[in-house]
Amino acid sequence: MWASILSRRQSSAPPPLTIHAPWAWPSWKKTAIKVIGVAGLLFVLMVGLALAGDPSGGSTGTAADVIAQTAGSPTAAEMAAEIGHVKISLNMFFLIFGGALVFFMQAGFALVETGFCRSKNAVHVIMTNFVIFAIGTIVYWAIGYAFQFGGAGSFATLGATEPMGALASVAPDWGVIGYQGFFLAGKSYDVAIVAMFFFQLVFMDTAATIPTGGMAERWKFSAFVVYGAFISAILYPIYGSWVWGGGWLAALGRNLGIGHGAIDFAGSGVVHAVGGFAALAGAMVLGPRIGKFGKDGKPRAILAHNMPIAIFGVIILVFGWVGFNGVSTLAATDLRFGIVIVNTFISASAAALASMFLVWKVWKKPDPSMTANGMLAGLVAITAPCAFVTPIGAFVIGVIAGVLVVGSIIFVERYLKVDDPVGAVSVHGVNGVWGLIALGLFADGSYGAGWNGVEGTVRGLFYGGGAGQLAAQAIDAAVVFIWAFGLMYIFFRIQKRIQGIRVTRDEEMIGLDIPEMGVPAYPASPHL
Amino acid sequence: MKYIIAIIQPDRLDDVVDALTEAEINLMTVSDVMGRGRQKGEAEIYRSHVEPGNLLRKVKLEIAVNDPFVASALEAIVKGARTGNIGDGKIFVLDLQDCLRIRTGETGAVAIG
Repeated sequence: MWASILSRRQSSAPPPLTIHAPWAWPSWKKTAIKVIGVAGLLFVLMVGLALAGDPSGGSTGTAADVIAQTAGSPTAAEMAAEIGHVKISLNMFFLIFGGALVFFMQAGFALVETGFCRSKNAVHVIMTNFVIFAIGTIVYWAIGYAFQFGGAGSFATLGATEPMGALASVAPDWGVIGYQGFFLAGKSYDVAIVAMFFFQLVFMDTAATIPTGGMAERWKFSAFVVYGAFISAILYPIYGSWVWGGGWLAALGRNLGIGHGAIDFAGSGVVHAVGGFAALAGAMVLGPRIGKFGKDGKPRAILAHNMPIAIFGVIILVFGWVGFNGVSTLAATDLRFGIVIVNTFISASAAALASMFLVWKVWKKPDPSMTANGMLAGLVAITAPCAFVTPIGAFVIGVIAGVLVVGSIIFVERYLKVDDPVGAVSVHGVNGVWGLIALGLFADGSYGAGWNGVEGTVRGLFYGGGAGQLAAQAIDAAVVFIWAFGLMYIFFRIQKRIQGIRVTRDEEMIGLDIPEMGVPAYPASPHL
Repeated sequence: MKYIIAIIQPDRLDDVVDALTEAEINLMTVSDVMGRGRQKGEAEIYRSHVEPGNLLRKVKLEIAVNDPFVASALEAIVKGARTGNIGDGKIFVLDLQDCLRIRTGETGAVAIG
């Protein structure tokens, strides 16, 4: 039977291939085509130039473009109005563009965390990083932004038409929570306030996505969704209102004469320490991954499954940080932003090298995962002081951050016995606090005149500013730890009791991708 | 008919295939495998931990041959895979009961070559 089937197949052999001779034109036709082609091209080039509009841009944008009663000759008042409008327009464009850069950091976090975890959990880890943005956007729009910025007053660099003036205070100028701007409705339906919402939204989401790393590979997805709503409605915005929304921490200078009050330029505390300490609370309540600690109680390495993707994520984060720090001036017209961005890169690089050389010296290899954490630590640490320090200050802050993150990772694992798969606690929590403190030490007094309503520029301990600013920063650091760690610990304990926050042992062993998400990241073989 | 299973170092694969080709043995199945011998695995350094490492990457060759080719197959594998270092690998030779070529339905010795 086999033989008969085979012979039938072989008898119907395909017809032989016939190769056609290439067609050709007579040579005089070829020459004619060439001549016409070249002449035509020259003609198009010359005519194109002769008919051009304003290819150099030198005569685009003139007095005629200024809105005026008499076209072409605007009055001084008309010019002033136009300049004001252009200035605010420029700032708002800057802000939205910066927000887009910060949003792209979501990709960085997703790749770093997924790369650092095991392949059997890759879909789960990236899904938490992905969905947190959607949850955060809706909840922050509905509730969070109002709590954080409802009492922030007006946004000067955005020419706020209507102030956000609803701040609940325990005493005069001791604001604790805003309450205006829910759903961006009413007064907050305003170009400046909505643009500001976008910029603040991406910051909130950065904080919210940090615990997905510290709690990775064992977190129940349904529990994560509830967490996402809580952090974007309560944890992040309320503390944020104390520092950025006109609340009591920012007012410490005005009220008690402690420096300029708490200063956190782009969010070492507001964003990173909040996320990092929430991750610590979550990782503690969840417990370590199975196999992280041996029977002797000693920690083991659980290897990353895709180091190139993790490093790629770090590079995306550095790129996004241009917006995170640089655009936090909230104004393209505040030219300090160039210094801010350079400080950010110097600190990040110094920290990466400090981590790399440290682990190279101690463990004989320039461990890429530690180097990656080092660069992120440098970014987090410079986030609060970036606008107030010199490039040399940024370098020193970065070196310390790079050493601190390595020490902290070891401390968290070996002494606290907490399993933090990606180093979120050490990168964001510990270095967030370091960033706040560093501002109190390294602020050089060249920037921040009148910050938080206190006269004079911001000057730290090392630049003859005394300990006032340092004290304000230390208070802020203590408050962010107590608030973020304390509240999230209570939250996760309650959630554990009511809903359960950890997957089952079987689900964890097989990997969360199939039981929780229904699909593996990497099918065993493309043919299976 | 014999079934030869050889576990070799991944970096010796090209040399082994060349040697087998020279010995006119063209049919083989190759797979990436993890394993270890007495030398244990290679240490991995990650986030302050030096892990002893349990398994090493190896390559597994499977070759079915008729009896006259067994000696030259073994010779070729050894020639290609041997460096004299620990971890060069092992070759196992099994008796092969039968073989069927799916395309033609031939069985036995004819089907192998």
